[in-house]
Amino acid sequence: MARPHIRDQLTLRSVERQRPDGSAYRSLSSTVVQQLARDYDQSLRRVEQRALAMAIIPERYIRNVATLSPEEQHRLLDCSVCVVGVGGLGGSVAEMLARIGVGRLRLVDGDRFEESNLNRQRFADTTSLDKPKAQIAREAIAAINPAVEVTALTEYLTTDNGPAIIGDADIAIDCLDSLPARLSLQTACRRKQIPMVSAAVAGMSGQITVFYPEDEGLAALYGDLSAAADRGAETTLGNLPFAVTMLASLECSEAVKILLGRRQTLRGRLLIFDLTDLTFDIVQLAE
Amino acid sequence: MPHHIILKLFATLRSYIPPQADHFAIAPGTTVADVIRDLNIPEKDAKLIFINSVRKDRDTLLQDGDRLGIFPPVGGG
Repeated sequence: MARPHIRDQLTLRSVERQRPDGSAYRSLSSTVVQQLARDYDQSLRRVEQRALAMAIIPERYIRNVATLSPEEQHRLLDCSVCVVGVGGLGGSVAEMLARIGVGRLRLVDGDRFEESNLNRQRFADTTSLDKPKAQIAREAIAAINPAVEVTALTEYLTTDNGPAIIGDADIAIDCLDSLPARLSLQTACRRKQIPMVSAAVAGMSGQITVFYPEDEGLAALYGDLSAAADRGAETTLGNLPFAVTMLASLECSEAVKILLGRRQTLRGRLLIFDLTDLTFDIVQLAE
Repeated sequence: MPHHIILKLFATLRSYIPPQADHFAIAPGTTVADVIRDLNIPEKDAKLIFINSVRKDRDTLLQDGDRLGIFPPVGGG
């Protein structure tokens, strides 16, 4: 007997449910996604995409909809994002991108967790100390959203290996902690012709912007790069968890808008804030 | 007749905030560089300068009512 087409199975095994506002949708549970992936020898990501193409919403993404349309959710599952640095910014960025359903993540960090990371880094805990950050993040994300295909790169990005590390990513997110490392990332992004979301934090203040390959880039923030110091005010002020996580949220929001081709990003502008006195400002980087 | 500006200093520069930073008196003809010098802010820390939410350089002449922000280099993650 011929096996039924996966489309028929998706129709049969999805159920009608209601959103909190009463509107109806067809829902697919993660258990069924897993069964269909096994039965039809397809990736979880592919099964979710097939469902979305039929306007059937995997239940794990239902709170993304309707801010994201099913088509946009489908597109995010096709996207690849390179998260460079998997510490304070990068850990939370990787988690959020996995939860929203970005299909492929490349997590890059040559470092291991240490005690001073525990105040803010999403995947630093008493069991992960001394372990490689990228690897630990990959394992944690597998438990959060197994449909996301995560590549853990336990090395530092340099000017030499940058393009290979970025691979087929559509966008890179700067979650680094030094200017030389950011410059290497910028060089790699320019060679690969992809945009870069860049953020930095010090104490209770931070900044975030978006660069495209043809833009002025980091020089707009740090001036003459050959004369600039490797690190900044964070060496004195440290990094507080709510400032770091807030910037991580902003980085994800910008990345998702860029991936979906939405307008109104921070390109050409810098969002800065200081939570000490609740100052928020968006500065135009060029007149 | 002095001009007044609103002065915002971020992160490590907060320790240089003068009294009445929200109504900071300057002489007409004062530049950003003059303010940085008068407040003893280290040159290397006055990296990002913006006036009325637009990035400017330190030679910019300040006008009455301007909102001047100075941000040090930050790099944490």
